[in-house]
Amino acid sequence: MVLEGRAWKLGDNIDTDQLVPGRYLSLTDPRELAAHCLEETVPRFRELAQPGDIVIAGENFGCGSSREHAPVALKALGISCVVAISYARIFFRNCINLGLPALTSAEAVAGIEDRDRIRIDVEAGVLENLTRPFHCPVPPISPFLLQIIEVGGLTPYIRRRLDDEKALPRVERRRK
Amino acid sequence: MSMTMTEKILASAAGREQVTPGEIVPVPVDLVFGQDTTMPMAVIEFERMGAERVFDPERVAIVCDHFVPNATVMAAGRTKALREFAARQGIKHYFEAGRGENFGVEHALLPEEGLIRPGMVVVGADSHTTSYGALGAFASGFGSTDVAAAMAVGEVWLRVPETMRFVYRGERGPWVGAKDLILYTIGQIGVSGALYRTMELTGPVVTSLTVDERLTMCNMGVEAGAKSAVVPVDRATRRYLEAVGVAEGSVFAGDADAEYHSVLEVDVSQLEPQVACPSSPDNVKPLSEIVGIQLDAAFIGSCTNGRMDDLRRAAGILDGRRVSGDLRLIVIPATQRIYLQAMREGLLEIFAEAGAAVSTPTCGPCFGGHMGLLAAGECAIATTNRNFVGRMGHPESEVYLASPVVAAASAVMGRIAHPDEVGG
Repeated sequence: MVLEGRAWKLGDNIDTDQLVPGRYLSLTDPRELAAHCLEETVPRFRELAQPGDIVIAGENFGCGSSREHAPVALKALGISCVVAISYARIFFRNCINLGLPALTSAEAVAGIEDRDRIRIDVEAGVLENLTRPFHCPVPPISPFLLQIIEVGGLTPYIRRRLDDEKALPRVERRRK
Repeated sequence: MSMTMTEKILASAAGREQVTPGEIVPVPVDLVFGQDTTMPMAVIEFERMGAERVFDPERVAIVCDHFVPNATVMAAGRTKALREFAARQGIKHYFEAGRGENFGVEHALLPEEGLIRPGMVVVGADSHTTSYGALGAFASGFGSTDVAAAMAVGEVWLRVPETMRFVYRGERGPWVGAKDLILYTIGQIGVSGALYRTMELTGPVVTSLTVDERLTMCNMGVEAGAKSAVVPVDRATRRYLEAVGVAEGSVFAGDADAEYHSVLEVDVSQLEPQVACPSSPDNVKPLSEIVGIQLDAAFIGSCTNGRMDDLRRAAGILDGRRVSGDLRLIVIPATQRIYLQAMREGLLEIFAEAGAAVSTPTCGPCFGGHMGLLAAGECAIATTNRNFVGRMGHPESEVYLASPVVAAASAVMGRIAHPDEVGG
């Protein structure tokens, strides 16, 4: 998986209330959620983000509420990958579950400025800055999580599992 | 091999002799639930998974608490769809404002309803699911897709967390309660201080707390980034379980020689009431440093501080006094059962006579959803759990987080105030 796009550099402790404010939580349509992503703190983001763009964040990215609306909005804007120094755990899981690669590297974050052009080879674990001379290794996503990302997220992953179970002969199913 | 309390719960649930921090294990779940902002997306994903039936309708709960009573037409559509999903799936644990014997804010409601027992693995589509560690359960927040998967297969994958042990000792001052202890702790370790870990809250001070108060502490564990928070099961836990009419469950105690990520001793003797200042739950200061800040609004309620203990303490301050003319106060009992009890004890009358708006249970103001939102430039004190930018309304509004007694005293004074200033 090789990803290339412009960087949107955000700070530390970007919470999910900023990513999608509470008053929009009745929405479920990804495009409608995308229309409000970071609208109060980085208003140009939702207007200018392009498919393939990469979000670069600091520590504890996605802290706060469990709302999956936050990574759903990022994905709907076409964000191809997020790179951060660290993640809040629910947000990290939500990214993986949506098939959105979430990489962790303080070194990468330090070597990228807002709007730099970035290329990431996820399997090889290499990040390259195409705007300035910088590249660094990025720790690979664990094989268990990569399985989920590669099939497109947890929904298709579970769908396969349920399909396999349904395909079992009846006797086998009972034994399970 | 010795294990911490949390490791034992997870090992037992996974059917293993031993689990080790850092390893990923599939764990069967005892209860999976979501609320009206997270569950609609979970239902969509559940259906996209091709799942037909939830793994066990008795072990699934749906609590409509955020946009209730239906705040918008869209929210009305969401609760209607969830009501229908629950009926279709035979889910009896469906709760919504204005129907049934009890309803209200999930993390106050589910323990009251006897759905939480020690040793359970609880998966909730809400970050404050950490609350239930107060009853000796492993409980953690998840997103909608994880909850959809848990509803479909009755299992979730977990990375076994390291345990940070906190030992609270010393004599608490008269106005220092559970909220102050947890705010102080978050202030010390920061909003990512317990990231991916579990916070085990122990020591004589924790033993002296009621289950209501322990729920307040565990509730806010997530504000330090914790995956879960837990309090060892003791007499207070057993009394609570007896009162709500449920069996004790499986009690796990950590081994004396278990390995902890760290052990932090907290001496509470010199502690004064604590307040988290704008705009982060770890921007915590002692009350004396910030008394006098002018306020436009105060809110007493939420899954953090909307239980009987909280309302009784707030009423103790507000009894016979009036809310300052420059400020508006909203009080929201967290569940219908609490609302009724507060009514019987005369607390609702005290709040109403003080000038407060008293509402039926809802999460509304806490997450900036509806009811009592803040305008640009306004400043509020709230007994809630988060004060991020724009959390309770306009991005240029500010929120201070405090205990019910500090919020009540501040409501009387119209500015941040110490309970002693209103004469206790």
